[in-house]
Amino acid sequence: MSGLRRGSVCLGLCLVAALTANAQTDAPSRRSGYHDMGKPLQAMQDDDMANPGMLWVGEGANLWNQRFAAADKSCADCHGAVQSMSGVAARYPAFTAGSDQPVTLEQRINLCRTQNQRADRLADGSRELMALTAVVAHQSRNQPIAPPDDPRLRPFIAAGEALYRLRQGQLNLSCAQCHDDNAGRKLAGVTIPQAHPTGYPIYRLEWQSLGSLKRRLRNCLVGMRAEPYAPDAPEYVQLELFLMDRARGLKLETPGVRP
Amino acid sequence: MGNAVHAEDGLRPYRIVGDAIPAPLTGEAGDPERGRAIVANRRVGMCLRCHSGPFPQERFQGTLAPPLTGAGSRWTEKQLRLRIVDAAQLNRDTIMPPYYRTDGLERVAKGFAGKPILSAEQIEDVVAFLATLKDQ
Repeated sequence: MSGLRRGSVCLGLCLVAALTANAQTDAPSRRSGYHDMGKPLQAMQDDDMANPGMLWVGEGANLWNQRFAAADKSCADCHGAVQSMSGVAARYPAFTAGSDQPVTLEQRINLCRTQNQRADRLADGSRELMALTAVVAHQSRNQPIAPPDDPRLRPFIAAGEALYRLRQGQLNLSCAQCHDDNAGRKLAGVTIPQAHPTGYPIYRLEWQSLGSLKRRLRNCLVGMRAEPYAPDAPEYVQLELFLMDRARGLKLETPGVRP
Repeated sequence: MGNAVHAEDGLRPYRIVGDAIPAPLTGEAGDPERGRAIVANRRVGMCLRCHSGPFPQERFQGTLAPPLTGAGSRWTEKQLRLRIVDAAQLNRDTIMPPYYRTDGLERVAKGFAGKPILSAEQIEDVVAFLATLKDQ
């Protein structure tokens, strides 16, 4: 035994090392912002008992079963258990029956409320809307982002990409300059993520609350000293479409935790 | 690089020579102590969002851009001035914001529209401070 055996073990190890190195260079360079956070925040997201976003998911599960005055219908009355929403968040924004524009998941929930439940529209960013969005998106946790192959979406995705590359604001910055060109470097001590919308709605420590991608985009625009788009502006949907297309295949984490 | 006078409404005109603005925007040298405070202030100079510098008390500094330490050895005051005023004159694609330009900008927030990031006096203070940051 030995020389030969030892030689082959060594050869095997060398091969493994070579293959591992190769796998690292071939590994997809796209990564969720989860990997840019410190271990304590990752642990907070991973543990459902510690993840503050789970409070919204729980509240959303209650709202899912709640009947509303006019139509006396709950979400569950039409859709059944909320688990039936599995995979939905992974393919939004999308066209929906009766809309000539793509809508975000939040907008889709509000369409259901006004059309089917004959209830009032939930206010943008309201606790109820965030809770319902969170419980629906949570059903797609660990599923890959999978935008629909709908040719009608293409011009909206292209518009979103143009906005992503537009330099704007007094600081004359584009999204791409930070999140493509400088991802991984530090802005004011915080690692710049690649801006993949994997965790929305997210619990953001800076907000001490759960919030939408739209809210996050507004934060960036304010930081660039650019005029935020109006609350109902199509630009937010276009940007979300582009970012979801760009993040295709990455797994959803809702509710994500971010700094 | 040409030898052109830049003039914008509400801003003081300046002349670019080569890769530099030879004359102070205000006609006089700035104050390095005031400049230091501007550089360290996250809402005024905002420099430390992207750059690091010799500010041990400032915990959250950036790594997007070259460290400010040594800037006074790498560049003359005249070169520093153009790089702060409008670095896009040297590199159209630079991420460095234009600190003394208001035209050619898109969708500027209402509170900042028509205003440069820093005043001419503040820029001269920053130039004077950066010039003191020699390589150790």
